[in-house]
Amino acid sequence: MKRKTNLAATVALLPTWLVAVVVFIGTMGWSIHLSFTNSTIFPSSTYVGLAQYQKLFSSAKWLASLQNVVTFGILYVGGCLLLGFLLATALDRKIRFESVFRTIFLYPYAMSFVVTGLIWQWMLNPMLGIQASVRSLGWDSFVLDWVVNRDMAIYALVLAGVWQGAGLVMVIVLSGMRGIEAEQWKAARIDGIPVWRIYLSIILPQLGPALAAAGLLLAMGVIKTYDIVVAMTNGGPGNATEVPAKFIMDNLFGRQNLGLATAGATVLVLGVLMIVAPFRYAMHMRGKKRGAR
Amino acid sequence: MKTMIKLFLAGVAFAGVLTPAQAEDKPTIEILSSWTSGGEAAALDVFKTEFEKRGGVWKDSSIAGFGAADAAFQNRIVAGDPPGAKQGIIGLAAADFVGQGLFNAVDDIAKAGKWADVLPKSILDLSSFGGETYLAPTGAHGESWVFYSKDAFAKAGIADEPKSWKEFFADLDKLKAAGLVPVAWGGQPWQQSKVFNMILLSQVGIDGFLKIYVDKDKSEASIAGVRKTLDILRKLNGYVDEAAAGRNWNDATAMLITAKAGVQFMGDWAKGEFTVAGKVAGKDYGCMIVPESPGMVYIADSFYFPKTGTAATDKGQKLLAEIVMDPAVQVAFSQKKGSIPVRLDIDKTKLDACALKGAALMSAGAIVPDQAIVLTPQQVGALDDFVDEFWNNGSEDATAAAEKFFDVFE
Repeated sequence: MKRKTNLAATVALLPTWLVAVVVFIGTMGWSIHLSFTNSTIFPSSTYVGLAQYQKLFSSAKWLASLQNVVTFGILYVGGCLLLGFLLATALDRKIRFESVFRTIFLYPYAMSFVVTGLIWQWMLNPMLGIQASVRSLGWDSFVLDWVVNRDMAIYALVLAGVWQGAGLVMVIVLSGMRGIEAEQWKAARIDGIPVWRIYLSIILPQLGPALAAAGLLLAMGVIKTYDIVVAMTNGGPGNATEVPAKFIMDNLFGRQNLGLATAGATVLVLGVLMIVAPFRYAMHMRGKKRGAR
Repeated sequence: MKTMIKLFLAGVAFAGVLTPAQAEDKPTIEILSSWTSGGEAAALDVFKTEFEKRGGVWKDSSIAGFGAADAAFQNRIVAGDPPGAKQGIIGLAAADFVGQGLFNAVDDIAKAGKWADVLPKSILDLSSFGGETYLAPTGAHGESWVFYSKDAFAKAGIADEPKSWKEFFADLDKLKAAGLVPVAWGGQPWQQSKVFNMILLSQVGIDGFLKIYVDKDKSEASIAGVRKTLDILRKLNGYVDEAAAGRNWNDATAMLITAKAGVQFMGDWAKGEFTVAGKVAGKDYGCMIVPESPGMVYIADSFYFPKTGTAATDKGQKLLAEIVMDPAVQVAFSQKKGSIPVRLDIDKTKLDACALKGAALMSAGAIVPDQAIVLTPQQVGALDDFVDEFWNNGSEDATAAAEKFFDVFE
């Protein structure tokens, strides 16, 4: 009996499995294979060993892009979680017009990264945006030139990213907070614990799953960061905001360097696996423990 | 059974006679270009009108943006569904495709039209591979231009065009003192590389330039030339405004149109922006070749003709190649596009003041190819990285960087 249902399920899942194997794993394998060849504009089958990887890691641009994506990733995910949590806490205080504020804070998330990038590029452009407006009011020494400043451009990206992503975290965290029983609040009030302390020591620990889900969503976005960079800085000034996804796209088409681009993509996949694998392993082990209990 | 087979074969033969006959009625071409902006689209229309007048069927599949059009083209080639013609620059960019046997040659048209007699030798050479002509050049762009706003020059009290770099920098000081932005700089890698090349040509001359880019010569003279170029570039860095990073070239041109900035280094397509704003060359704005430059860097567009395996398209390709090189069409196209005709024997009376200067340099053979023509796309990218890094990293030493420049060719 059990066998039969399994067979039906297998048949039903077969198309999905085929797509997954051929489209995802197949093309991934093909890309990895290309990274060991000297392919330029067309795939070639002349193997060059690890030469593309050697070239990749001697490229200042690639190394800068790795460093940038780490900086951006930590600050972006951290910033979104922090700001999102604070916004959720504020809304959780049963304020008036809560749904209006909720809509306003979530609104940026409905925009594409290209739109977000362009808006912030204009605002931070010293000749057009905030700096120009403040100076025209009379404060002549005011400086806000993050987009065109080599040392600050990456933080401009973080700023725009957090502006967009914080709303999502807020909604997830808020729904988590609403799931916490009101009894705990009453008990804490009776004990005379200050509100901030309740949030920090009682509510926050219970939001683990909600924060983990939000963090995972954001982290996946970090790896494929491309559009916001293209819209805001196009990787500049210099290499200041170059990211791996953009490096790969540039080499794939503009520079007609399939081998180098696929080597970059392979490194990126390995990077993701290195982060995801321990996480999955921990989940697996925890599941086993629970099963044993 | 036998009759059945006979009938079937007859049917196939019959169909075989019929179908190509139908398709062969009219030469057909599908164009994939990135010419979509106002002036560019109008220029492409010149070809379309002539093509249809001569009985062809024209289909436009243009995509905005050079990179996007290139990506679409590569994908269609790999998918086995190439367009009938693709707009692209002459030179090495086409070499990979020709090497893979993906393009049709137009050698018979070139011989019949005596292209060898009317094209500058370097342009014909770069349109040919293995002795056969594959590309049909549409027009050339000069890239050694300094455009300047006459209003801004008047405000700063500059009467004449500067003849040397020394005078040039003195004039920039005057512009600065007058409260203007001296140089309208477009801080994107491809624009910066073009400025680097303009200056390099002014420092090493035509032979020196070709030695570096074509022969990849790393002699003392070449290194010294690159170092002097970098010195000038570093000096220019002091005359740009703080919002230069990432600026589009047309935004930089707008700064000249509104007389907020003095000069811009750019290719002659910038004229299109002036024209749209109602400004006239020689009256509202001036164009000069970079100081001390013995010639002009140029880039030439052309059509590529991929093998499609359909007779109608093969005919269309030959017709298009003929039209592109037609003297009257060349002039009409160049006027709309802001380019210089590649044919040397055309009617020059219709060209504007800037195009005339360019055409004169071209006739004299005082031209050198843009890096995109003589380098592979990988090397072009490496050059962009090199110039961009030097421009943005104020502490990099010019002497050390000049040595590093030659890594671009590896």
